[in-house]
Order: sequence, then C-alpha cells, then structure tokens
Amino acid sequence: MSLDKADVEKIAHLARLAIDEGDIPEYARNLTNILDLVEQMNAVDTAGVTPMAHPLEVAQRLREDQVTETDQREAFQACAPSVEAGLYLVPQVIE
Amino acid sequence: MHTKSIAELAAGLRAREFSSEELTRALLERIGRLDGELNSFITVAEEHALEQARAADARLAGGEAGPLCGIPLAQKDIFCTRGLRTSCGSKMLDNFAAPYDAHVIERFNGAGAVLLGKTNMDEFAMGSSNETSFYGPVRNPWDTSAVPGGSSGGSAAAVAARLAPAATGTDTGGSIRQPAALCGITGLKPTYGRVSRYGMIAFASSLDQGGPMARSAEDAAILLGTMAGFDRRDSTSLDQAVPDYTATLGDDLKGLKIGLPKEYFGEGLDAKVAQVIEAAVAEYKKLGAEVVEVSLPNSALAVPTYYVVAPAECSSNLSRFDGVRFGHRCEEPRDLEDLYKRSRGEGFGPEVKRRIMIGTYALSAGYYDAYYLKAQQMRRLISDDFKRAFEQVDVIMGPTAPGTAFKIGEKTDDPVTMYLSDIYTIAVNLAGLPGMSVPAGFVDGLPVGLQIVGNYFDEARLLNVAHRYQQVTDWHARAPEGI
Repeated sequence: MSLDKADVEKIAHLARLAIDEGDIPEYARNLTNILDLVEQMNAVDTAGVTPMAHPLEVAQRLREDQVTETDQREAFQACAPSVEAGLYLVPQVIE
Repeated sequence: MHTKSIAELAAGLRAREFSSEELTRALLERIGRLDGELNSFITVAEEHALEQARAADARLAGGEAGPLCGIPLAQKDIFCTRGLRTSCGSKMLDNFAAPYDAHVIERFNGAGAVLLGKTNMDEFAMGSSNETSFYGPVRNPWDTSAVPGGSSGGSAAAVAARLAPAATGTDTGGSIRQPAALCGITGLKPTYGRVSRYGMIAFASSLDQGGPMARSAEDAAILLGTMAGFDRRDSTSLDQAVPDYTATLGDDLKGLKIGLPKEYFGEGLDAKVAQVIEAAVAEYKKLGAEVVEVSLPNSALAVPTYYVVAPAECSSNLSRFDGVRFGHRCEEPRDLEDLYKRSRGEGFGPEVKRRIMIGTYALSAGYYDAYYLKAQQMRRLISDDFKRAFEQVDVIMGPTAPGTAFKIGEKTDDPVTMYLSDIYTIAVNLAGLPGMSVPAGFVDGLPVGLQIVGNYFDEARLLNVAHRYQQVTDWHARAPEGI
C-alpha cells in the first residue's frame, strides 16, 4: 500500500490533525513504510482464527448501578483552557 | 547512601543512621549536580519530596512503617500526580497538573515512599529511544552520546546513574524491559491486569502495564508488592491475591526448565550480545536449571501485528486531547474543527502523529478487516505459541534487545528501523505475559539485558529466577564510570 499526498491529507483530516503542507511527503513516505511492515502479516493464513481482543479471557466486570463519584467539577475544570460558569468554552458551533 | 539497595536503605532508616529527609536531600543534590547532562527528569519535585520525607520520618519514629516508608522513588511522568505537572513527555500536557493521583501513586504514597520527581519519557510512551520527548532526549549514563532506550528512558537512566534507588515504568511493547537492558538495570513488566492502569495515561489499553525499574530483583520485588493488586477503577484489573514477592526470592532453581526460543537467536541479533546471553544461560545450568529449545514460530510477525493494534488503540485513546477540557489549546481558533486540528497538530510531535494516522487508517471504513481484525487474529497465534512453549518449560529466556544502546540520532530518520529495537519484547505484550530484563554483561562497555518471560501471574518466579542469578553474578551491581 503506497500512500500519496491526498491519502495523507484525508487521514490527517479524519484524525483531526493539522499537519504542515511541507511535511506531507515525509509523512507519506514514513506511513507507507510502516504499512509495508504491517502487511508482512499477510504471509500467514488466519482464516478461521478467533480474533483476540484481550490477553486473558475474562468477561467485563459489572458493578451495581449506584452513584460512586462525587462532584469534582471545579477540580477538573481547573486545568481546562477556557471555562465559564462551569461550562467549557469552544468557538461558536450553531449560527 | 545513593549506592544502597532499598532493603539497605530501609534498614538504615530504621536504625536511625540517617533520616528520610537527609536521604532525600542527598538524592536531590545528586539530581541537581548530574541530571543537567542526563536529562532524566522532567520535573524535580523538591518541596513536595521534602514534605513527604518529613512525614515519613514521623511515621518511622512512630514505629509504624513498611519497607518503602521514607524511600525516595522516581515516577515515570505518565502516572498522574495530583497538583504536580504530569506531561507524558508531550507539549500537549506541558501545562497539565493532574487533578488526581494514579492508583500506583496512591499506593506509594500510602506506603510512605517519597516522590523525587517525574521522569522523562518518549512522548505518550511512543518510542524506543526517549528521543520523541518534548523535553529533549535522555542520555545514557554508560555513554552520554547514546540513548537510554525507551519509552521509560528517564526512569532507566535515573536508576542507573544512582539518582534514585528505583523508579516506575510502563511497558506497552518493551518500554520497561528495553531501557532496563540498555541502561544495565532490572525491570519487570507484570502480567496484563496485575497493576492498575487507573491514572496511567493510556497509549494502547490492551497492552499497557506499569511495573518496577530497580537495581536488583530484590528491590523490584519490594516495589511490585506495593504496585500490584486489584483496583475497581481499572476495568481490566484482575482480582488475584498478591503474593509476598520477597518471600520466594531465594528458592532453589534445581530442575527449573528454561526454554530458549530458536527464533530469538537468529538473524538480526548482534553476535556479541548472543554470546553474553549464552553465558548467562550457562550460569543458570550451573544453578541446576535444564535448558531446552522451544519454538515461537510467529515471532517475526509480532512487530507488524503490534503496529496495527497499538496505533489503532492509540488513535482512539488520544482523541481525548481536543483542546477543550485540558491540555494544549491553539490560539484564536476560527471554529470547532480548527480548534481540534490546530490544538492537536501543535500539541503532538511527529511520532505521535504518525501513530495516530496509522491507527486512524487501520480503523477507517473498508480497511478494518484487512488490518485490525487480521492483527487480532495474529495476536491469537502469537499468544498460542507461548501457550505451547509453557507446556514444556517454566520460563523462556533470550535477549531483551537485539543490540546495545545506539547513538542519539542514529535511528530517528527511519521509524521502521526504530520499531525493530523491540523485536524481542513486543510479543510478550501481545500475549499479556510477564517479562523481565536483567543485566547479564557488557559489550564494548555497554550493558546487555537478559530477558526472562514467565507464564501468567508468575512474577514471583521471574523475580526468584532473576535474584538467584544476581546472587552469583555482579553485573547488576556495576555502575557507570563517574557515578
């Protein structure tokens, strides 16, 4: 799989990453090399192999549906770039 | 004081030979004097450390104190520390003072340990050389023109340079074991689920695991005893009893079955490193162990598999950095999309961006089956290889890394070459097994690590196997010149 400029721009957009125009050729080259490495997997036939999502075959733990967390809004918002009246501020979304 | 083991320091504190405050001051002084060159710390928490040391001295005076009370430790800057900068080696979190403590930090605080500071690391733990850190590369104390390994390179360098008796690391594809090997220290990656990931900034959640980095297996055992254990706040934490890891350190190794995977001694391994590993195995034979050849046939595909699984999980995990709730935010965003894109584009370095993009691509519509599903199937085959090997043997041994510490800048141009530094460690993460790196000798003045891999939850045996070797060798006790 060889990625070109348009591919890199599309992936960067999907990942919401601004990248410099001048860096695109290097990203294209490096990402292509990484995908070439990854595609070595295709040497193995994995038909019928059950995918492994977790190293130990355990079920997701459940808990009682009870309130366990206390309100820590102030502490958590203390490290936010921009807040007002307990709300996170972002540029206007709705015209 | 800086050369003593944790057990020796604990004894000294109890016998009132020195106080925790004196010990902490001595280490802070060393950090101030030596770390300018090494760059192993991102944040030195001087006031915080002295405050904790005085509290520990009060506890010691009261007679109530476990083995870590008053012992200064360095924490990888991936563990959240309340009120202290937790940067994860990234510009993205340069301004982030965590609002809570990680589980591991809570456990050390509870045990009375002293937090000296937060150690340097590859950005978001993505790297094998510590060169992707926003705070600059760490230098290897054995050769300051060489890398310490990564991603826990700051922790490894700090412990090797005797700036801290021990430290923590995290290991997603080798990030405890490879720097431990390259800096000549002892590092252990526990079984996946053994140490809580709560408050440990996530890279690849199905692989990440925290563990101790120390100068000996005995010290690592003391640390792991405090770090390990169930935590309901980590959904994959396992509720299994934590044994006293120090109790079995001295167990006899007679009849221990060691498996040597033939795939770990083939092409790509430095011949001199191979000799060091063979000599270590010979030492184990003298201790009564039996050695058999085993095969891990899918070994060569562990790195390709990892570079789908880890970036895919990383692209999901790092989507939380959006410039809204915490972390870097760009100046004057035009709209919401511009806010996301520029905050992330400015906050992340090139390696993190590459991995986010690979993961995004692998998970994007039309490619999921070819990449992510395929990698998960490969992961099953790699894990099954280990299962079969552990039917025959108790532990698996081999090199931790294919070579010794390489020069700063040597591998930065080509990510794929860098990725291959973890060729022997990555499969262990994919399988979720515990693994260790133990100093086993030197090649041209640089340390070599022996990797020991155990079955699930067999950390006690790994520590025992490492400790007995350290009783009959002194590789782990050697210090870099001038240190």
